[in-house]
Amino acid sequence: MTGVRAVVAPAGITWIEPAEMTASCGAGTTVAELEEALRQHGQCVAIPSSGSVGGALAVGRSGLRRLGYGPVRDALLQARYVSAAGELVKAGGPTVKNVSGFDLCRLLVGSRGTLGFLGDIILRTRPRPRFEQWFGGAVDPDEVLARLYRPTAALWDGASVWVLLEGDPGDIEQQIGPLGLTAVDGPPELPSGGRWSIAPGAYRSLRGRFVVELGVGIVHHEDPLPPRAVDPVIRDLHRRIKQQFDPTGRLNPGVDMFDG
Amino acid sequence: MTLVAELRSALDDHRVRDGRTELSLYRHDASAMEGAAVAVCFPISTAEVQSCVRIARRHGVPFVARGSGTGLAGGAVPPDGAVVISTTKLNHIVSVDVAARRAWVEPGVLNLDLSRAVAAHGLHFAPDPSSQQTCSIGGNVANNSGGPHCLAEGVTNAHVLALEVVLPDGNVAVLGGDDAEPSGYDLRGVFVGSEGMLGVATKVLVRLTPNPPAVCTMLMDFDTVEAGASTVSAVIAGGIVPAAMEMMDQLCLRAVEAYVHAGLPVDAAAALLIEVVGLPNGVAADTAAITEIATTHDVRTVRIAADEAERALLWKGRKSAFGAIARIKPNYYLHDTVVPRRRLPEVLKAIYDITLRHDLLVLNVFHAGDGNLHPLLVYDGREPGVLDRVHAAGEEIVRVSVEAGGVLSGEHGIGLEKRDLMPLMFSAVDLAAQEALRAAFDPDGVSNPGKVLPSPARCGDVMDAGRVARAVAEGAWI
Repeated sequence: MTGVRAVVAPAGITWIEPAEMTASCGAGTTVAELEEALRQHGQCVAIPSSGSVGGALAVGRSGLRRLGYGPVRDALLQARYVSAAGELVKAGGPTVKNVSGFDLCRLLVGSRGTLGFLGDIILRTRPRPRFEQWFGGAVDPDEVLARLYRPTAALWDGASVWVLLEGDPGDIEQQIGPLGLTAVDGPPELPSGGRWSIAPGAYRSLRGRFVVELGVGIVHHEDPLPPRAVDPVIRDLHRRIKQQFDPTGRLNPGVDMFDG
Repeated sequence: MTLVAELRSALDDHRVRDGRTELSLYRHDASAMEGAAVAVCFPISTAEVQSCVRIARRHGVPFVARGSGTGLAGGAVPPDGAVVISTTKLNHIVSVDVAARRAWVEPGVLNLDLSRAVAAHGLHFAPDPSSQQTCSIGGNVANNSGGPHCLAEGVTNAHVLALEVVLPDGNVAVLGGDDAEPSGYDLRGVFVGSEGMLGVATKVLVRLTPNPPAVCTMLMDFDTVEAGASTVSAVIAGGIVPAAMEMMDQLCLRAVEAYVHAGLPVDAAAALLIEVVGLPNGVAADTAAITEIATTHDVRTVRIAADEAERALLWKGRKSAFGAIARIKPNYYLHDTVVPRRRLPEVLKAIYDITLRHDLLVLNVFHAGDGNLHPLLVYDGREPGVLDRVHAAGEEIVRVSVEAGGVLSGEHGIGLEKRDLMPLMFSAVDLAAQEALRAAFDPDGVSNPGKVLPSPARCGDVMDAGRVARAVAEGAWI
């Protein structure tokens, strides 16, 4: 596209504060680099482990551990971003708890670069589990959700269940024993046709080849995401937000927030 | 038709009140900042809330949603001439999905009532403000409320999946959704904590948390505040996130002990109340690890609650702290700031210095695990000039917290109380971005105007903060 300039975010870890469970880095830092640095402190971040930190935040999609770790949006504490006017704007705050003003970090996560470009960020970290293990078996998903105490991940492909459990090995043994699950190497291969989003209670209605994240509602499906209806009131609100933050449409032009 | 007549025809005669005495009850929340509403409405449906909003707009007056009025920052103080939309009759749990662990509730449902209603299913609503017997879910949404158990579970935003709201233009929309990744911007996320300035929530889809199979509650006491605070940092750095980690200093321990008789260590400089939850082996391992860390930080005694009764007693001590201080002085002003955990010792020391300098008593009872300070200045409002000292000390505490790398508020919100202190944390450009969000939702500024964001003229002029303090009414500071 002519007249379009690609902008590269700064990379590099600024600091890690293990006792705060926070870390600061440039948005261009790879998640892998951040994860490796955090590993030294026995910590990690609830961000899917591919690409850059800023990219992962701008896309806003969670990884397979969302059931236990929560969505990506809860990981961002503070961001300094470049606005459409070229100004550096701070959103949120550096502490793990903060209700000072409107939380623009919420708006930025998943906004695909349409409202501002992430520059440097402060993330909430979490302890790495002392022990973790995937288990699998042909077990009823409802049974798994009802009997297991807070699994980190639970997947179902229509026939079999995979669960990731963290914590004390003895506790885990007692949890999985009655369910008849056995240790496996990891999660199944995920169909990559489309990433669907359903109400977590609606997984029984799924057809075709899929792996659903139980208790969450993300579906990794062989087919593309079916079109979703958008409430005109919501669409209008988006238009007004975009108008406020980027009146001349400079930021990531052509991106439709409701496409996919 | 007059405003009130129109509201009455839309709702019901009895559910629109404009008597002088009744209106006076709605002048303030749990702070003492005041405003003057023209009418108080008690809608029973989304459609009625919509009518209130549309009628207020038609008459060119602002509106403010109000839950239980337990807010401490003046967020629910009516802008002059406003219509108050009370959510107290929107108090039904609409549906509970036990398997998916979520419930649609109306905003007037009380926090603890929700947890009690789902207890039979082994579930609870995780945010647990100290006011949880009284505060509403709608209020929790407005303020993004926290509580002792938000250390591990996160504050309200992490527990709200979707919101049905009446937008400031009168349209109804659902923000967020029942599905995992609703498309578009995270409007749900920005609405939570927006202090009623982006519209009125009429239904809330909340996440419910499973009750833990095992719980261990510990009380540890220390000879110095620093030792207690260092223990907190060391526990977190050691990779353990307890469910709760609360601290009480000596003055607070003494006041509480005189009130609840829980056998608290009244000769200690500080005590930590720590709770670990989960599966039995994990809880035992964490308990042992925390005890070991505390030992290296010179803990004096470690008391582990032997049963549910003792656990309840220890928590009663923590949660009744604000009642207990009435034994010391008749009035108090509760502050709420956050600092990085590692700065707790020095900021606590600064707080003691500040209050000493202003000849005030301070008790500290707070969420140490997330660095969320709650200095409680106690005083006798009848003493001439004492309020000026309370306000001056309070502002210094906020400044010290922000300078230590902290923030203005951890869970009470900005409201009117800290509106003009926002420039301590945000530049004019930062604030303009927050204004832009507000303008997208509410271009005419009709939904709870005058809160959170300082007017542009005041940006960068923090000195003006004194103005708000002076505007605060004399009297009981609850």
